[in-house]
Amino acid sequence: MIHASPYVEERLGHLIGLLPPAPEGWVRAAQEIPAFRAMLDDIVVRAEADEAFRAEVLADIEAAIAEAGHEPEPRAVDTLRYLIDSSSEA
Amino acid sequence: MSRLSDAELVQRCRQGSTEAWNGLVERFSRYVYAICSRGFGLGPDDAEDAFQEVFTRVYARLDSLRDDSAIRPWIAQTTRRVCLDRIAAASREEPMEEIETDRAGPTLDDFDEAFAVREALEELGEPCHDLLDRFFARDESYRTIGEELEIPPGTIASRISRCLDKLRKDFEGRKPGRSSSGEQ
Repeated sequence: MIHASPYVEERLGHLIGLLPPAPEGWVRAAQEIPAFRAMLDDIVVRAEADEAFRAEVLADIEAAIAEAGHEPEPRAVDTLRYLIDSSSEA
Repeated sequence: MSRLSDAELVQRCRQGSTEAWNGLVERFSRYVYAICSRGFGLGPDDAEDAFQEVFTRVYARLDSLRDDSAIRPWIAQTTRRVCLDRIAAASREEPMEEIETDRAGPTLDDFDEAFAVREALEELGEPCHDLLDRFFARDESYRTIGEELEIPPGTIASRISRCLDKLRKDFEGRKPGRSSSGEQ
């Protein structure tokens, strides 16, 4: 025996359908944010302490990120450049 | 992690638990994704950027959250701001009429209600949880569901109906969920 009314079924189904799963790659990337930020912070700290390293990073930010074991995506490159620039202004 | 309250999850994230952060992203990923893509109608590229920006801000500003149990409305407002910023930036680059902003779509209230149903669904148990999620949220066909769950396709409609009935009873009888205490 099925008790749910058509309206309730329709409404609950609609609400479940409002939250489809996010793409797996997006979720994984978001889960890696702490490790990614730690990597960036490490590079920035080294760059603050070592002018030669800072120049090396700024000359090829993609390579610096790749060397740290992360994908040098545009967002990562922009973030690292911003952080290094900000640290030099501080 | 799935059994922790929102406040407990936030506290563990602050303590540096990778598992807790993974759990927090998992818990709110559908919510953020839906607000970006369905609520504000962002295209895939903008939605992905907004999605990552939201979780980056959440991670960076977790210490500023005054009420740990209010993480969901905080994420909702963060997502709203990020999406509006993207739409505003796009409007400076393109004529407004070319920007896809589905403002007639679901509202934050709709997503909140959907989130509450999702929480009830998570606690429904199998096979109902999987069945309803596959059919309504993943838009899978009876045939695919039948193959994946090894159940006769001809029985799926009646199973879905029974599971919805079970969900309705659980949802209506539900006490305030793990995310609702202390929220605005």
